[in-house]
Amino acid sequence: MTEQKKKEKKEKIPRQPMPEQDPKKRSKNFDEVPYGYTPELAQKEARRCLQCKKPKCIEGCPVGVKIPEFVNLIAEGDFIGAAKKLKEDNSLPAVCGRVCPQESQCESLCVLGKKDDPVAVGRLERFAADYERAQGVVELPQLPSPTGKKVAVVGSGPAGLTLAGDLVKFGHQVTIFEALHKPGGVLVYGIPEFRLPKAIVEAEVDYLQRLGVEIKYNYVIGKILTVDELFEMGYDACFLGVGAGLPVFMNIPGENLCGIYSANEYLTRSNLMKAYLFPEYDTPIARGKNVVVIGGGNVAMDSARTALRLGADNVHIVYRRSKTELPARAEEAHHAEEEGVQFKFLTAPIRYIGNEDGWVVGMECIQMELGEPDDSGRRRPVPIEGSNFTLDVDQVVVAIGTGANPIITSTIPNLELNKWGYIVADPETGKTSREGVYAGGDIVTGSATVILAMGAGRNSSQAIQQYLTGKG
Amino acid sequence: MFKILEKREMADNTVCHFKIEAPLIAKKAQPGQFVMLRPNETGERIPLTMAGTDPAQGTIDIIFQVVGKTTALLRTFQKGDAILDIIGPLGRPTHLEKLGTVICVGGGTGIAVLYPITRGLQETGNHVISIIGARTKDLLIMEDYMKNVSDELLITTDDGSYGRHGFVTDALKDLLDERKDVKLVVGIGPVPMMKFVCKTTQPYGVKTLVSLNAIMVDATGMCGACRVTVGGKTQFCCVDGPEFDGHQVDFDELIKRQAAYLKEERQSYEHFQKEHGQ
Repeated sequence: MTEQKKKEKKEKIPRQPMPEQDPKKRSKNFDEVPYGYTPELAQKEARRCLQCKKPKCIEGCPVGVKIPEFVNLIAEGDFIGAAKKLKEDNSLPAVCGRVCPQESQCESLCVLGKKDDPVAVGRLERFAADYERAQGVVELPQLPSPTGKKVAVVGSGPAGLTLAGDLVKFGHQVTIFEALHKPGGVLVYGIPEFRLPKAIVEAEVDYLQRLGVEIKYNYVIGKILTVDELFEMGYDACFLGVGAGLPVFMNIPGENLCGIYSANEYLTRSNLMKAYLFPEYDTPIARGKNVVVIGGGNVAMDSARTALRLGADNVHIVYRRSKTELPARAEEAHHAEEEGVQFKFLTAPIRYIGNEDGWVVGMECIQMELGEPDDSGRRRPVPIEGSNFTLDVDQVVVAIGTGANPIITSTIPNLELNKWGYIVADPETGKTSREGVYAGGDIVTGSATVILAMGAGRNSSQAIQQYLTGKG
Repeated sequence: MFKILEKREMADNTVCHFKIEAPLIAKKAQPGQFVMLRPNETGERIPLTMAGTDPAQGTIDIIFQVVGKTTALLRTFQKGDAILDIIGPLGRPTHLEKLGTVICVGGGTGIAVLYPITRGLQETGNHVISIIGARTKDLLIMEDYMKNVSDELLITTDDGSYGRHGFVTDALKDLLDERKDVKLVVGIGPVPMMKFVCKTTQPYGVKTLVSLNAIMVDATGMCGACRVTVGGKTQFCCVDGPEFDGHQVDFDELIKRQAAYLKEERQSYEHFQKEHGQ
């Protein structure tokens, strides 16, 4: 009897997959891989949510999106209402729905996930944001009267955009200074079109500009203006969300041969400069046939999948640990594998071989085995003596992480940095050693995720609000 | 958008000079620094070292030779047109100090880059001897400018049509033989020229600075496209340079890296020439 009652209350619906482009076809184009939910699929998925009284999922969200509320609005068919609900806490829902690691955040805490698959929060977020954008009328919230306070934001990546959106809604005047010629930071130069269409980033930035956020391009702060000069110009507070922005190389012989890129360069050429559309766009990019990508993170997956789309016959990911330690999201590694990217685990390059023109033609590698756990808790890869072998390659992308770019931090007197050059900031508020200067995102934490940077932007916006209103 | 206030053709119409409105950059720029420039929406970002600035007027000067698509496109811009993006000032400024006698050697459009550095060195109180050269008389640029900021000026042409017959390095070698008081040589021009300037000065043990124009994308240290090997270590031309101790630079590697996109550059240029009926 009770069993039957339960059944009536909640029909069992499996987690709805998101339709996507066929792997064979998509590995040759730059169009987005998943198509997104249809309204029917979205409502079906949303109805799976148990609407917990004490929702765990929210705790897993760095910006505290009211997940059950927006999911319920989708279930009820109020898609615009769902988008508005999302935007109360998240200025970039269409971005987060695509690039957040939901499986280790909100979805990992979903009660349904204990016995079954969790609610597809990310796919629903993406659906609501896309639905609203497709309607063409994104309504602006009521803004308070201007406070007369001015905030300078350095960097228009996820941290800076989130913070700018929050502060402009408090009535402050916000100016973002961006070093490149387009807004979005890593969302634009780093994440490829097939994973995050640039039109979506543009729409989200456009929304912030309509709210009153001003963006100045081509401003390399530290060069054209210093942070001290920004204060002299009348800014009351400053947020540094400049990203990590310094490529790490391995310093092995031959690394400066032509055809060897940092992931930053490779992806910037393709994404920001649109080299994949060469010669329609002027920036060139190597189109190797045998491409190796070094590293196992999301950036390595993005690089490998870009190389396939640029016409490579073979793309190998060379990673020094095993599949278990792969730092990329499971979904990204899965997509890469589906498209034909091959993995060489427990392998590390030790030198590159070049031809007379200075182009890379080979890569000597060594096999690794896993030893004792290191500082990160992962088992340390140890080279196996005598296991060297050579791979034929004509292009390499080094995607082993980034360091702290000193261009801005070195021009701010008395700004405390840690031994790696990252800014020392309070994790709760982003407060730095300099009064009125806050920082967040990769320049504080080192390479992390879009949503963690957004969370840092959110924390700092609250702290700056308190600082500006004299409560800090 | 950055408006072109003046346009001037030089060196038999192979070199172009723009005076551009860029007040903030003009205020901050120092000798030796460069700007990144993207002409239009589909354009490439290229580095160009400033040939001069006028902080009072809020202008910067760039001088470039037409070598490919981007510079050819730039040359079609007229007075009153605007360049979409200019980013700067970038790179480290030249370290200017009073040393005594210094020699400034410039070749081709490198003379434009050399000019503000030469002026800075003279203003700091150095005795400046300049050597500038070109393939032939008509291609020599900025003779008057260089004359104004040098205590002595020597000119060479490869074909002997003007000044001394020979290369700048010939004149440099004679000078180094003559004078034992040379404290610094600054050599700026095509990479092979800079390589030979360094080869010339090495036996004399005279410190030699060169300004490298590696291929760049963002030019803020983010991408590493401009890697150069200096003293056995990898440096980024954009943030560690553009000036380096020439005796430490691996010029052969630089020459190869500069040629990395020759095929694409040719394709792009041909595409452009067809479109513009050239």
